[in-house]
Amino acid sequence: MAFTSAVITFPGSNCDRDMAVAIEQVCGGTVHRVWHGDADLPDGLDFIALPGGFSYGDYLRSGAMAARSPVMQAVVRAAERGVAVLGVCNGFQVLTEAGLLPGALMRNAGIRFVCRDVALTVENNQSLFTAGYEAGQQITIPVAHHDGNYFADDATLDRLEGEGRVAFRYATPVNGSARNIAGVLGDRGNVLGMMPHPERMIEAAHGGTDGRALFESVVRGLVEA
Amino acid sequence: MKVRVIVTLKNGVLDPQGRAIHHALEGLGFEGVNDVRAGRVIELDVADGTSDEALDDMCRKLLANMVIENYRIEKAA
Repeated sequence: MAFTSAVITFPGSNCDRDMAVAIEQVCGGTVHRVWHGDADLPDGLDFIALPGGFSYGDYLRSGAMAARSPVMQAVVRAAERGVAVLGVCNGFQVLTEAGLLPGALMRNAGIRFVCRDVALTVENNQSLFTAGYEAGQQITIPVAHHDGNYFADDATLDRLEGEGRVAFRYATPVNGSARNIAGVLGDRGNVLGMMPHPERMIEAAHGGTDGRALFESVVRGLVEA
Repeated sequence: MKVRVIVTLKNGVLDPQGRAIHHALEGLGFEGVNDVRAGRVIELDVADGTSDEALDDMCRKLLANMVIENYRIEKAA
């Protein structure tokens, strides 16, 4: 079975090409590029990626407008059918705004845009997206965001932790995120939102390859399972 | 009908922008500012007779993020 994926481009997305290249290089198969105004997704998708960027200029709230765009209705339906969905950075913001993940991403506690490599701890290596890592493994992945401060009420945070849905945690505080959460899984495990950019750590020339295992995990979990 | 929607952060939600504004006010020498919270005002011009339910729906579905924000609707007299 050939791996079939889609990268969604919103007006203002700027990591969509990086994401498509990462998927092509690590997962192979066919990568469709889908525009935000499309009401339908290509048939037979295994994997959908929402890239980083500044969709709709971050108007209203980061990700708010994109979450209401035509293509997102189709992405929500696909996620409910069990299609794997990854949202990175602005893509994570879109997933929370669309209600596919709990919580919200607020302005960084330190006000400043943060753009640097950060150390992450893999909290859960039992998920579709993280099976290729060791539990507790420390990896280096870059962040580049202004609104990455994850917020949810304590009951929600307790539930996420209890259900193993914190996929990645910052090894040291980066942006004020509740409990240093960097990546969150959906309740069925087929949706992951994360602020760090795994697609920017794919080949040695990037300064590291710690992002590869995420894409390898997905293709292994979906195609070779 | 002119409607004004005031969106504010919920109590207990950290407001880095408000804190930065607070620091700036202090930097300008203003004293006695206890706290600053920043919000957003959205002005709508809607058809006369637009129901309160419809306005609430607009706020809940788009204008405010109910995870972190509250909203208040003011109608112009």
